[in-house]
Amino acid sequence: MIELRDIHKYFGSVKALQGVSLKVEAGSIHGVVGENGAGKSTLMKVLTGYIARTSGSLLFSGKEVEIQTPRDGTSLGIGMLYQEPLDFLQLSVLDNFMAGAADFQRKKMKKKLLALANRFGFTLHPDSPLYWLTVGERQQLELLRLIHANIRVLILDEPTTGISGEQQDLLFGALRSLKEEGCAIILVSHKLAEIEALCDRLTILRRGKTVAEQEQPFDRNSVLTAMFGEFSDQPPPDQNSTVITAGKKKKLVSFHEVCSSTGRSGLDAVSTDLYEGEVVGLAGLDGSGQSVFLKICADLLPHTGSVERFNHQHSTSSDQGDKQAVFLPADRLSEGLIASLSIREHLLLADNTPLFMLPATGREEAQQAIETYNILGQPGTAAGDLSGGNQQRLLLSLIPAKARLILMENPTRGLDVRSGNWTWHHLREQLPEDGAIIFASPDLEEIMEQASRVIVFFDGRIILDRPVDETDLDEISRAITGQVNSECQIEK
Amino acid sequence: MTSKYTITLFTGISIGVLALGAVSLLLFALNISPITVVQVMSAGSASNWMRISHVLSIWIPLLLCASGLLLTFRAGLWNIGVEGQVVMGAIFATATLRLLDGQAEPALVLAIAMAAGLLGGGLWGMLAGILRNQCGVHEIFGGLGLNFVAQGIILYLIFGSWKRAGMASMSGTELFGRDLWLSVPTGWRVPPISLTIAITAFILTALLLAITRFGLRLKAVGQNREAARLFGIRPDLVSLLGMMLGGGLAGLAGCLQVTGVYHRLIPSISSGYGYLGLLIVMLAGYRAVPVPFIALFFAALTAGSIQLPIVMQVDSSLSGVIQGAFVLSALLVHGLNQRKKQRDKQKNKQQGAGN
Repeated sequence: MIELRDIHKYFGSVKALQGVSLKVEAGSIHGVVGENGAGKSTLMKVLTGYIARTSGSLLFSGKEVEIQTPRDGTSLGIGMLYQEPLDFLQLSVLDNFMAGAADFQRKKMKKKLLALANRFGFTLHPDSPLYWLTVGERQQLELLRLIHANIRVLILDEPTTGISGEQQDLLFGALRSLKEEGCAIILVSHKLAEIEALCDRLTILRRGKTVAEQEQPFDRNSVLTAMFGEFSDQPPPDQNSTVITAGKKKKLVSFHEVCSSTGRSGLDAVSTDLYEGEVVGLAGLDGSGQSVFLKICADLLPHTGSVERFNHQHSTSSDQGDKQAVFLPADRLSEGLIASLSIREHLLLADNTPLFMLPATGREEAQQAIETYNILGQPGTAAGDLSGGNQQRLLLSLIPAKARLILMENPTRGLDVRSGNWTWHHLREQLPEDGAIIFASPDLEEIMEQASRVIVFFDGRIILDRPVDETDLDEISRAITGQVNSECQIEK
Repeated sequence: MTSKYTITLFTGISIGVLALGAVSLLLFALNISPITVVQVMSAGSASNWMRISHVLSIWIPLLLCASGLLLTFRAGLWNIGVEGQVVMGAIFATATLRLLDGQAEPALVLAIAMAAGLLGGGLWGMLAGILRNQCGVHEIFGGLGLNFVAQGIILYLIFGSWKRAGMASMSGTELFGRDLWLSVPTGWRVPPISLTIAITAFILTALLLAITRFGLRLKAVGQNREAARLFGIRPDLVSLLGMMLGGGLAGLAGCLQVTGVYHRLIPSISSGYGYLGLLIVMLAGYRAVPVPFIALFFAALTAGSIQLPIVMQVDSSLSGVIQGAFVLSALLVHGLNQRKKQRDKQKNKQQGAGN
């Protein structure tokens, strides 16, 4: 039905897709899986015409077609259900259903909407404003709108994130009946369970390439190997074992039934304790809760449940004097640094800011930090003009000496191996004995190498929590996709 | 690689050329000689000390408003409410003078009136800030609303409680006694004390921005509230303080208009100087150093244009056209610069690795 042949997509020098081929038959559901940054979303955007491909060809019913804009995609009957529904919150259900449709007779359209909803077992009230609806209901409406537009190829991007189990069953039912009617369905997901339940074929992407294809029944182990690559059996020996085995230490942070609705999947009743002396790696696919967890640790997000830090019920991270917790965000420039402020000004702001300062104030300290942290720049260089690696080193230089809890998102993102090693070496050296480092990383090797304990998040919950030397990459990568071994007591 | 100063200078020149070019074209089209206009306007603003001091009397409120706006712009806020803050400063000052007239030494009463003006504007700024922080009302809308409220209050006072004996009039309240006028030397049209206050306020503002902790925090908050939080800064508090100080300076301008220029409260006490202040700061690229010069230029335009109808039968609103041309040119040039910067950045990003 639809076929992509040897698709390449380059963003400047970044090769997002390097020769991906995919063939989806009418009346089948085709799964596309891969880890973060494998190229899944880019591929789907090429297919819908949202972005233009660099090279390769698209075939629709055997004929070569040109899809350069979303309009081209729509006219061929290609529709996509996005992760976040693209709709008009202020309008009613019916208005959303009618938006973009050729027919504008309200009565007729209302009847059609109700008939379609009925057919798939959805309960949608045509006159409710959209902001009353849950994400799952908005997704149902979006699906009906696409079906009404006579789509022949349906793409779903992580459709089960943020919807209830009941809504998931309804959705799967709808997808199966669409398949019966001859629709070609592409399901992008990182949840292997739903891929197994729905898909006929499966394509695995890794670093912009098709690495494997499988027919039902799928072989889980080889799917996981294809997704994450071959792992070396033994994680390289490291120095961290001395840090952990120092016996049970005091609690540093304690989460009890913490919930949050921020982020893609929020946080769902998470309870755990973090101890002094620990280096904890947080794993999970993007937006599974790691980042929300870190920000709540840093007291940056509202939440329910109780978080106890440094044995205080209410922490005071906003007090200049008591900066015991620091948070280093992944998006350094937009969340952690102030683009037009210089290196010197950042250092001045970070700790003991004097009441008055002359242009020379803090210049020497800045020069020193530049040397210590190997930052390519002058004291007066604006943070926005630094390269990514240098911005990260600047962030590191801003950690006050008294910091006990260091919270980081992707600490070595965009750094080369040497800078990455340097960063870790430095962090360990600076960490006081009663401190802890909590970091999220998409790089499992980094977690295995640096962390003493790993916590895996899945859909806003902790699905695996183990000391690093009692687990392996295989178990972690299974957990990331939502599977836990039966011996593990945490229920899925 | 060009230095920062060359770029700034180049930006300034291109704004000037663009604006003057546009205005000259307009004048040519109307068959008016731009050269004569320049002559008339410069004669009207700088031919003798009397005229220069008239220009300075306009410069004072402009400089004060612009100083206040430098603070709020630095905090990333669009303080449209500056007009209302001028008005409230004037109202608070008038109330003080009416209340304390004859109760104390005139000098003391005037000093208290200044403090009251500062307070009035500061409160009005604070109100806009609270609306923003606590109720999520954008400062542009909050400020605009508060401007109308302030205008309502001043009209109510002039036509109600503070009306002249026997009749209420647009010409304002009763004149204050001479002892409550800021003293003006003969041959001057501007009280030296007003001039001193305005210059001092500007210098203090510039120093506050350049060399103090508060100035640095203001800048951090204005650039990136989220990141500022990570530095232990409380963005709401810092920007509220910025609004209060900015409003205070605008209020001081209102107070000086009452005590030094009109000697009474009039409905149009702000004369639109607050809005003009916004234009000045924008034209200065939100930096302090160019502000007094641009303010002086705008003041000279306003004063000089008074001669236009008399000498050339050209409406004095030409000065507004010239000011507008400058601001539009500035926005255009800044916009182009920004776009170029963004494009360069994007290019760098695409060249760099990572997704």
